[in-house]
Amino acid sequence: MKPAAALADALITLGDDHLILGHRLSQWCGHAPMLEEDLSMPNMALDMLGQARNLYTYAGGLENKGRNEDDLAYLRTDREYKNCLLVERPNGDFAHTMLRQLYFAAFMHPFWQAATTSADDKIQGFAEKAVKEIAYHIRHAGEWVIRLGDGTEESAQRMGEAVIALHGYTDELFSTTDTMQICIEANLLPDPERLRDQWDQTIEQVFAEAFLTIPEIPFPQEGGRDGRHTEDFGHLLSELQYMQRTYPGMTW
Amino acid sequence: MYSQGLIGTNTETEESEEFLAAFQARIDREEKIEANDPMPEAYRKTLIRQIGQHAHSEIVGMLPEGNWITRAPTLRRKLALLAKVQDEGGHGLYLYSAAETLGISREQMTEELLTGKAKYSSIFNYPTPSWADMGAIGWLVDGAAIMNQVPLCRCSFGPYARAMVRICKEESFHQRQGYELMSVLAKGAPEQKQMAQDALNRWWWPSLMMFGPYDSDSSHSDQNMEWKIKRFSNDELRQKFVDATVPQAELIGLTMPDPDLKWNPDRNKGQGGYDIGEIDWSEFWRVVKGGGPMNRDRIAARTKAWEDGAWVREAALAHADKRRARRAAAQEAAE
Repeated sequence: MKPAAALADALITLGDDHLILGHRLSQWCGHAPMLEEDLSMPNMALDMLGQARNLYTYAGGLENKGRNEDDLAYLRTDREYKNCLLVERPNGDFAHTMLRQLYFAAFMHPFWQAATTSADDKIQGFAEKAVKEIAYHIRHAGEWVIRLGDGTEESAQRMGEAVIALHGYTDELFSTTDTMQICIEANLLPDPERLRDQWDQTIEQVFAEAFLTIPEIPFPQEGGRDGRHTEDFGHLLSELQYMQRTYPGMTW
Repeated sequence: MYSQGLIGTNTETEESEEFLAAFQARIDREEKIEANDPMPEAYRKTLIRQIGQHAHSEIVGMLPEGNWITRAPTLRRKLALLAKVQDEGGHGLYLYSAAETLGISREQMTEELLTGKAKYSSIFNYPTPSWADMGAIGWLVDGAAIMNQVPLCRCSFGPYARAMVRICKEESFHQRQGYELMSVLAKGAPEQKQMAQDALNRWWWPSLMMFGPYDSDSSHSDQNMEWKIKRFSNDELRQKFVDATVPQAELIGLTMPDPDLKWNPDRNKGQGGYDIGEIDWSEFWRVVKGGGPMNRDRIAARTKAWEDGAWVREAALAHADKRRARRAAAQEAAE
């Protein structure tokens, strides 16, 4: 496979992570536990969706099949989305949502940091912007994980349940696809496996302050990178794609 | 009008005549009244009610548009809608803060919203079944809100007036965005045009009702006019809105759902303006009194968010207490 095609494919995978997590976060808008969170969750969603747009648009140009950001975001089948399973997990309660955000941000921060030295100028540009945004996500979500872990008895219990429910999905963040591998070798994208120490460090630090324990995960969950998704994903797509599927080929 | 539910003010005050005259003189000199300034109790109460209602309208107003965030047809539209709904939350936040300067807490105002004691703009008790409603709300509802809100930038109460300056800038952006969305639909495929016309049909009359009853039926504005909280009558503002909006509809080829709508060269002191048909006030009162299609659902959604979030707010407080206690203990140990 040519490097441009490999890069396009890898960027679409990365775009999918951002689109799907942005979509999930946006579901909270107007229903948050407090008004401040009705502002900050959409903020994070806007960051995620903005990054998805950049990634899809660039990928669309590279692959040269005439697909724009909306074709990529709206007009694929479930198996063609390659986001990791973590980002598609339903919002659950606020503890689940904040923990999911922390897990993802703790991965993307070192990822974008490393991508600032990518051999590709465009990716460098995306990385420089994204690294600032994602640092805020770690801080915001991390502070909530601490507050809830070290809050009331109920919040600590809910936070603990969120850890049990979501931790098994974090391994997939570090997996790679064939096209990612080509990009890693060409120094276009960072190698996820090399970001594990930084991710561990962030999570350990937050968990220590939150009085949370990192659980043993005998059977990690994965499949998204191969297009094998959870049951919830089809419902997410049917909402996301509703207009484009009902009124095909129109301008909005 | 976001503050349409503002009904009457309590004019019974124990303040002396000299005090009231001096207060009115400040207002007449266009001085801003600030949070810590002495003010008649009725002025304070009126503002708490009006600003509180306005804040609630922003918060409840997040729901009808929030209904389409996950289904927006393109990424550009999804981002714009999400940012818009977020702006409304931001407006709610400034407005609650402005009301708090008058001595009421956000929690108390929220309780009043959820128990039905405080009102919010009735327009948000209509549903948003179609994507075109995102255009209609921006164009018409925000358009009508701006007519009401621009004069509020000169309101005699400083914190409210200043909050309104920023809010109006954002609302005017929303209005243009809504109109642009609508114009794309109107120029689109037949299904899109039909969607746009249907939304206009549903939102036009409720938008006109946002300005409140006809001046001839509204006896509550005089004191607010004198206090320079309100500066134009309901009918004046409604007329401005109609005159601005009818040509916009024509420009994009949509038809106002009013067979009596016609140009009247004598309106607006001979400059001309539009005559409109009779507004169905029975519908207005029905919705104000809780009988609109979405009144129950809106409050149920706000109540659910508030109740589901209680454990989060409690945890945040408990955590802050723990931190304070730990810091104090560490300090003590160090001394």
